[in-house]
Order: sequence, then C-alpha cells, then structure tokens
Amino acid sequence: MSGSVLYDAPGPRAKRLDNILNWTFSATFVAVGAWIMWSWYQRGIFDDRWQVLWDPPKGQTGLDVWWSLGQGLLRTLEAAAIAAPIALVIGGAIAIIRRGAQSRLLSGPAAVTTELARGLPVLMLMFLAKLVFGWEPLWSVVFGLVVYNAAVVAEILRAGLAALPKGQREAGLSIGLSPMRTTLLIELPQAVRIMLPALVSQIVVLLKDTSLGYIVAYPELLRTIKSNRDFFGDRYLIPLFLVGAIIYILINLVVSRMATTVERRIRERGAGEAEPPEIGPTGPIPQSGVGGPAREEGAHAGDPLFGRGRPASTQVPTRDLRPGDVEEQRRLVEREERRREEQRHQWEKWDRFNPRRDNDEDDEK
Amino acid sequence: METFISEFGTIWGAFLATLSLTALSGVLSLVLGTVLATMRVSPVGPLRSFGTAYVEIVRNTPLTLMFFFWVFVAPSFGILFPELGFWPAVVALTVYTSAFVCEALRSGINSVGIGQAEAARSIGLTFGQTLSQIVLPQAWRTAVPPLISVLIALTKNTSVAAGFAFTELVAIQQRLTNAHPSDGLFIFFGIALMYLVITIPLGLAAGQIERKVAFAR
Repeated sequence: MSGSVLYDAPGPRAKRLDNILNWTFSATFVAVGAWIMWSWYQRGIFDDRWQVLWDPPKGQTGLDVWWSLGQGLLRTLEAAAIAAPIALVIGGAIAIIRRGAQSRLLSGPAAVTTELARGLPVLMLMFLAKLVFGWEPLWSVVFGLVVYNAAVVAEILRAGLAALPKGQREAGLSIGLSPMRTTLLIELPQAVRIMLPALVSQIVVLLKDTSLGYIVAYPELLRTIKSNRDFFGDRYLIPLFLVGAIIYILINLVVSRMATTVERRIRERGAGEAEPPEIGPTGPIPQSGVGGPAREEGAHAGDPLFGRGRPASTQVPTRDLRPGDVEEQRRLVEREERRREEQRHQWEKWDRFNPRRDNDEDDEK
Repeated sequence: METFISEFGTIWGAFLATLSLTALSGVLSLVLGTVLATMRVSPVGPLRSFGTAYVEIVRNTPLTLMFFFWVFVAPSFGILFPELGFWPAVVALTVYTSAFVCEALRSGINSVGIGQAEAARSIGLTFGQTLSQIVLPQAWRTAVPPLISVLIALTKNTSVAAGFAFTELVAIQQRLTNAHPSDGLFIFFGIALMYLVITIPLGLAAGQIERKVAFAR
C-alpha cells in the first residue's frame, strides 16, 4: 500500500483524529446515500417498476425478459469470441513479421498500419465496415474490434519481444534457425508468457468495446436493454439498465481477476525457474527446443548426467533426403561420436568433484 | 475527395466539436482524477474505500454503457441536462476518464521515492502538505506519459458521443458516407486525418513535457 509511505504509524492524537475522520466520512457517506435513496423514493423509483424483472406488463412473462437479455448477452459474447482469436492471431503475425522479417519492405508498412489502426476510434472502423463495405452489423463490430485490437496486440507482443534477453535470439540464430523460425520458435513463446497479463487486459478492453455494437445497430446486450425499454416504456428502464450494468461489470471483473491470477502464477513459476536445478557443470538446459520427441534428446544432449548411459546411436531427426544429405549425415555421425568422446572425458572429470553421483545413477535407472 | 473538400465546413465544425469535447472533459477528468487519487492514498478508510470502489466499477464499465446511463437513465433519477448532446457527453467522458487518470496518478505516486515522503514527514509536514508540496508535483511528472495516453484514448473515446445525439467527427463521417456512398473511403481517411491532427501533437507534447519536467532520481 502506497499510503503507508505518506503518513506515519498513528500516535494517540492521530488515532483520535483518524477515528473522528473515519466516523465523520462514514456518516457523511451514509447520510448522502440515505438522502439519495429518499429522493429516489420520492420520485417513485422503488414502486412496482421493478416487477418488470419477474412479472412484466403487456402479457409478457419474466422469462421472456430474461430470455431476451440472455440473447443479447450471447450476442455480446459471440462478437467478442469471434473477434478475440482473430485479433490475437493477426496481432501475433504482425509482431512476428516486424521482428523476424529482414526486409524493410514488410516491416515498414506493418509499423505504419499498426500505428494508424491504434490511433483511430473503434467506432469509426465499425462505421467504415458497415457503411462503406456494406457489412452486416455483427461483422462490422468484429471488423472494428479486430483491426484495433490486432494493432494493440502487435504492439504488446513487440514490447514483449524487445524485452527478451539478446542471447535468446543469438542462440536461435547460432543453432542455424532462420530469423523467422528463431522468432516463431524461441522468442514468441517467451514473449507471450511475459505479456500474458497485458494480453488478458486487452481482452477485457475488447469485451467492453463490443458494446459499441449498440451504435451500429448490432443487437447486443445494451441494444437489447434499449429495445426492452422501447417495448415496456421508459418507466422500466432503471431495473433493466441495472441488470445490464451488473452483467457487464461482473464479466469484466471476472476476466480482470483472471489476469491478476495469471500474473501471480507466472511470477511464482518464474521465481521457481530462477533457482537453477543442479544438474551438472553445464548448468540447466532450457526446455524450449525445436519440438517433437527430439526435444528430450536435444535438451539432455550436452548434459553429462542425463546424457550418460543413452544408446550411442542418437537418432538425428529425419527429413526427406536432399542431395548432399548422405555426406551431411556421415559428418553428423562423426561429430556425434567425437562429442560423446569429449563428453565421456568431461564426465570423468566431473566425477571426481561430484559427491552426489551415486544417487543420480539410481535416478538414471 | 470532392465531398471532403466541398463539405469541409461541416467537417471543420465537427472537428471543433470533438476538440472542445476532448478539452473540456480532459480538464475536468484531470481534476476529478487527482481528487480520486488523493482519496485512494489518504489515511482515511472510508475515502480510500470510496476511491477504490469508484475506480473498480468505472474501469469495468463499457463507455457506451456510461453514455447510455447519462443520456437515457439519468433523467429517470431526476438528473436533467439543459440540452442533449454536449453536456451528457462531457459528464460521461469525465466520469469514465477520471478513473483512468486516477490510476495513472496513483502509479506515479507509487513511483515517488519513499525517502521523499519520509523527508517531508520528518520536517513536520502534514499529510496534505506532504501530498501537495512534495509527492504530487513529482508524481505528476512521472505520470505525464501515461496521462497523455489517457488523453489520447479520451480523444478517441469522444467518438462514442456520435451514438448519443452529439454531432462530432464520427457522426459527420456517418452522415457524409450515407449521403455520398461512393466517397466512403476518402471520407474515412479524411476524418482519420482530423483525429491524427489531435492525437499526434498530443504525443509530441508528451515527449516535450517529458523532457522538460524530467528530473534526476
């Protein structure tokens, strides 16, 4: 809490003052609240208008009202559920292009487009889709949400990629991956993990922005509330609005809470990783490999503890033969043998210093 | 293109409308946001709770819902505006943006070194003096970049007023595009330019102010 920096632990006098202030402000809030309630009561806010939620007029049942609100909520969630994955994928693609592409021909326009898309109101993009392209309201809403949020996601991921240690990229390039594959396989997974909280908060923004569909005539939750009001009359607006507001706020609070949880979990896991496991002179080997079953082999390849006792003929991941591959393979096998030799040598040296060897051998069995 | 030029008078009027809406609600939400931030760091429990509740609720409310409240719901509660359009928009944007201003300022306050507040207290300043003389002036400086992004977001958010009977740039975009469907793309980029005319100087000003008020830590 930042407050504790600004004031001392209260002494007897300050405690008395605090008490007085606490009571004064509490009383003021209660009084203001009571006054507002009273004036509302005078205006008849608490009359039978709330019955619209269980026993509405005009021959409708409470179920009808809730059914229509549920439909509206579903359409809100539908727009978000369509837009969010597309925005994430496109945003990711832009971030990868800007990071991995060597030519300015690709990354330059990508940069300009993201800057432009971030600087425009979402509503303007929705109107562009609706009036100029002539799209359905749902797709106009999705278009606006996708263009804006993809740009923001691209920016978030760009920041995440920029925050990674340089060694990650260098390592990827030095094992012979192309710049694009380095970004895709090594940097992006880490960037996504760092920026996961920011990405989840962006999803909250997207969810909130679906309500702009109200203006482009997409029948989402707010529009449903409006049409219910138009049907039942202005008197019944307050209960309907309150229900809608509570639904919106609850959903967003739940997703925001998820962001906090994810953030905490990442920090906990990150703290766990900060303590490297003791596995030998080469230190911990990062688990981010090229994927597939070869990963285990690759991860432990340089590891004298776990690498020891493996069959001598380590299978190199195969692909279709190309000219020159036979030679390449022979060279690989030779290199592998040489490496094993060195490893054995290293292991013998390590042996002398490692008192835990016996235990570890048991593990290996 | 022709439409954009022939209708430039209308667009200019809409631009001024957007600008005045941004400026007025920007100033008001800076004031209200500062008050809220003070509440959130104050030693008085009820004020802190009020500030926290306000920020949590407003930040999780869609802006459209906020506009809807002030335009359609508030009259039922007896809150009437002299005219529809400008003033409900100012109130909705101020209430909405001040929560974000509060958060930007609060993160600024958190970034002020502990020693500053301790020094202020040790020379006998009260909470109010510590905050207004020592902490807030420094918090403002740290908070300038996030505050400017809040203002840029506010500029874009004024567009929601188009859906609630206020004629600003997006409302004009809608009207002109409906009138001249074939010119839609030109109108879009023209209006986009108008927004950039507001947001780009804001961004540049952010850089300037940042450099000007920068202080050694």
